[in-house]
Amino acid sequence: MIFAVAWRNIWRNKTRSMVIITSVSLGIFAGVYVIAFMYGWVDQRVKTVISTEVSHIQIHDPQYLETNEAVDFITGINDMRQEIIDYPGVIAVSSRVIVNCMISSAETGSGVQLTGVDPDNEMLVTDIYEKIIDGEYFENVSSNPIVIGAKLAEKLNVGVRSRVVINLAELDGTLTGGAFRVAGIYQTTNTAYDETHAFVRESDLRKLLNLNENSGHQIAILLGEPGIENRLAGELAEKWPELSVMTWTEILPEMQLLTENMNVMMYVFVGIILLALGFGIVNTMLMVILERVKELGMLMAVGMNRGRVFSMVILESVFLSLTGGITGIALALIMTAITSRTGIDLGLWAEGLHAMGYASVIYPQIDFNTVLTVTMLVIVTGVLSAIYPARKAIRLNPAEALRIDM
Amino acid sequence: MQILEIKDLVKVYNDSEVEVKAVDRVNLSFEEGEFAAIVGPSGSGKTTLLNMIGGLDSFTSGDILVEGTSIGSLSSAKLINFRLRNIGFVFQAYNLIPVMTAKENVEFIMQLQGIKRNQRHERAMELLNAVGLADRANSRPSKLSGGQQQRVAVARALASVPRFILADEPTANLDSKSATNLLDIMEKLNRENNVTFIFSTHDQRVVDKARRVITIEDGHIVSDEKKQT
Repeated sequence: MIFAVAWRNIWRNKTRSMVIITSVSLGIFAGVYVIAFMYGWVDQRVKTVISTEVSHIQIHDPQYLETNEAVDFITGINDMRQEIIDYPGVIAVSSRVIVNCMISSAETGSGVQLTGVDPDNEMLVTDIYEKIIDGEYFENVSSNPIVIGAKLAEKLNVGVRSRVVINLAELDGTLTGGAFRVAGIYQTTNTAYDETHAFVRESDLRKLLNLNENSGHQIAILLGEPGIENRLAGELAEKWPELSVMTWTEILPEMQLLTENMNVMMYVFVGIILLALGFGIVNTMLMVILERVKELGMLMAVGMNRGRVFSMVILESVFLSLTGGITGIALALIMTAITSRTGIDLGLWAEGLHAMGYASVIYPQIDFNTVLTVTMLVIVTGVLSAIYPARKAIRLNPAEALRIDM
Repeated sequence: MQILEIKDLVKVYNDSEVEVKAVDRVNLSFEEGEFAAIVGPSGSGKTTLLNMIGGLDSFTSGDILVEGTSIGSLSSAKLINFRLRNIGFVFQAYNLIPVMTAKENVEFIMQLQGIKRNQRHERAMELLNAVGLADRANSRPSKLSGGQQQRVAVARALASVPRFILADEPTANLDSKSATNLLDIMEKLNRENNVTFIFSTHDQRVVDKARRVITIEDGHIVSDEKKQT
């Protein structure tokens, strides 16, 4: 019955309760929706990192990671690829030949990381082929096709079917070069990546480097389920102890830091909102106690012990905050559901966002744990906010409280 | 059977360094089934005495024994529980819980006592019937007249099956008809169910109905008369 009394007490002063419930709703709506927005933003960046840039796991010769020299290659790379594809959870494996080189057009040149790929395999691991904005992914150019980023194309002032020249050092250090024709131009949400990464066929690059067919610099692995990369990386490291096996969080530690910091930042953000709302609830509950001194005195006089009075006040506060909290969360979930389909276009800031590697259309998302955590925080706020008013209530002297003229 | 004994009870207030004896060496005892009124002018100490009997106010010296239990020796927590199980209260301003119906107000005390739901429902309806309000069981206090609210308060006081009921000026806020009606109900409960009532009042109608009238002035008992019935 204490639950029923506490709930009904909230509605004794509808206007006051609605004001505080609306405040909590709006505060929680803002908090949860901003979390959904930020999670969506960061998640898109992480997905881009995995699906476009680094995959889940990469294997290199350890020396290559320090020197980036073409001579530090892995031998037997095709055999390894065949073995890795059979591991549970592995969706696709791509072997790559990578070299840092100069790319030049008739007008200018630029330094790039040139990656030699088997297009059929690579399409299973990365989604660069989906980001082609002009031309085709290694098609319609029969000899020495190259796929370059939009930013690089702009810099070199080239288009599809334009000729570019690659200059690089062979394995023995001899300088060499080759002419390639632009087959396709891709555009990701990371302009820095687009400017510095170009793709050719593995076989074409091997020829230029004088690298044998079963050798390469990198194996990229795409997994079907998230969260297994650490376990699988451990298994692969055991099998090939002479090689460096790294997960995407080890390759790009800043991404993990971003994800972790995001969680902390979000809870600090929600915490600040709840703190502000908490003071509002304290004020409301103090008014409630002040208005009901006589009634509280009566309750204690007839035998309601202090624990029950305390619980009743706490419950009222929790109901107040939870009603507002659930309304706010529901609004945020509806908004998230809508905008996760339509996206939020930050086109005005697209250039700056792409320069930092972020998408300009954000698809907010939120997980159950976050909703649960925010709900728990709302309840905690309700409880904490009511402690002071509840202590005031139980300190009332019933005889004195009953004498007060209200 | 003696249910309440007050021994040399003294209550001294020390406000602003001035010592005021609100109750001074009061000795009284009450038998089960009494219908007694404590009367006296404002400030005579009758409400203070009633509050001390109910365990709501502490006393300076002396003792109050309810069926042999000294309420002065009980801790604050035990005293609350003691009140819940032994003493019924009827207040001048009714003091019903506004968000509960009449029946729920009566049931509330029983719930605090841990009585099961079915028993609570049944007894609450019995009590409301006894005070003539069974048909208003589902009305909230705001929908009841002052007299009806006070009758619900009497039913609530009876709900815990107390040793006695303390009624502080129960008719003060009622019109003449409602007051008479309430007193009739209380008297009936007293006669038929042997419920002990102790009133603090200066309402002549209560004094007329009471079978024992204790007069208090300046904290002293100046007379204690039992009427022949």
